[in-house]
Amino acid sequence: MPLQGNLRDFSTTQLLNLINLAGKSGTLLLYESVKTGTKDAIGGDKMTAGKERARVAFKVGKLISAMLDGQSGDLVSVLNKAGKLSNEQARIIRERAKSTSDKALALLLINANYVTQKDVVRSVQQHTLDVVHNLLSWAEGPFRFEDNLLPSNDMILVPIDLENVIIEGARQIKEVEQLTSHIPHLDMALKFPENPREKFKGVHLSVEEWKVVSFVNPKNTMQQIAKANNMSENEIRRIVYGLEQAGLVEIIKPPAAESTTSGGRPKPRAPQVQKTVVTRLIDRIRSI
Amino acid sequence: MQTVKMVITGPFSSGKTEFIRAISEIDVVTTERGISSESERTVKDYTTVAMDFGRITVDDDLVLYLFGTPGQRRFDFMWEILAEGMLGFVVMVDSTKPETFREAKSILETFKAYAPTPYVVAANKQDLPDAWNIDDLRIALRIEEGVKLLPCVAADKESVKHVLLELLYSILEEMERG
Repeated sequence: MPLQGNLRDFSTTQLLNLINLAGKSGTLLLYESVKTGTKDAIGGDKMTAGKERARVAFKVGKLISAMLDGQSGDLVSVLNKAGKLSNEQARIIRERAKSTSDKALALLLINANYVTQKDVVRSVQQHTLDVVHNLLSWAEGPFRFEDNLLPSNDMILVPIDLENVIIEGARQIKEVEQLTSHIPHLDMALKFPENPREKFKGVHLSVEEWKVVSFVNPKNTMQQIAKANNMSENEIRRIVYGLEQAGLVEIIKPPAAESTTSGGRPKPRAPQVQKTVVTRLIDRIRSI
Repeated sequence: MQTVKMVITGPFSSGKTEFIRAISEIDVVTTERGISSESERTVKDYTTVAMDFGRITVDDDLVLYLFGTPGQRRFDFMWEILAEGMLGFVVMVDSTKPETFREAKSILETFKAYAPTPYVVAANKQDLPDAWNIDDLRIALRIEEGVKLLPCVAADKESVKHVLLELLYSILEEMERG
């Protein structure tokens, strides 16, 4: 049965976790979203798969390769990106070994002492991880897992345990969750603390931090500051959090809203029934 | 006359009404209304407004009531009322709609918090080609090994019987544990 859905509902980290725990072999295909013009079961825009954006292969729950659409993932490019081949070397090798497979090319390069086997393995591994770390931030897009679809045998496949990749993904998500829990919405404004001159003395702010600081005013909400600076919600949350922790700005929180839960109302209780009641129910349902 | 009740819950369009309809001895007292929201209407034309209500008579002095919760969150004020005094509950999940899994998990956690009663998860629409398999669903919904995740086809009486019986076995085991 197909494993398919949208990253909006089932994140890359959750997918990796599933593939890892189930020990799956196959290829995860990620696509661009194309709106169908209809709504899904929970009222969101229903998306269909457009152009392929990435493909990630797994063997028995281990990551073995990852490719982004439009990004060259051949061995020469990977070694060039890792600094193991110069641009000139890469250009010459590409010209001379046009139809040579990655595996055969790796052997040639190792035998010619251009690179070591370790260089090849590490570079391919790093390239795969770079692609997957990129995917972890994707929040939207149809996906489909094709069971047992694996890359061709002439590719260099370096198995990577998914646990660390998942931990990294979870860390990124956790960071967003922590920021969201600290700054639940962006309709709050910012103000400077007392004696701001003292606080800012000797502090080196980044360009992005200065952009936010320049808009600090109890009349400006963080939403407005983000919009003015063309920042995403998470970017402004991260910057404000850092500034606040350093004591450089204060968040003007609205008065605490009264709890909307029915305070003091007792929780529903489980009924006190006898075992014979349950066995009678079992007998009755069996007989239907 | 003693009455006991079970609650059938789950996201919008997960098959709760169909589940109760498959087993109830009376025509399900359903409070379905035409759907006003354009987006929800694309999924089905009618939805449960307050609750569905089915009945299984055991004998002269014991009746089991099945209550189906409304799927949409805007009616969740009803859930706690329905959960009062339930013997156990079934969480229905549409196995073909991963976009509803998060909602299903959230409903499951909400009902767990209402009352410490046994529950099972019914992976509905397992007869459809796009259905996620049970093992994948367990991981996706983060359901612990000890919790029963059962394949289900809500339109099929035998399948519904199986889910209810498994819930009753869990209730019995809980009682025996003391």
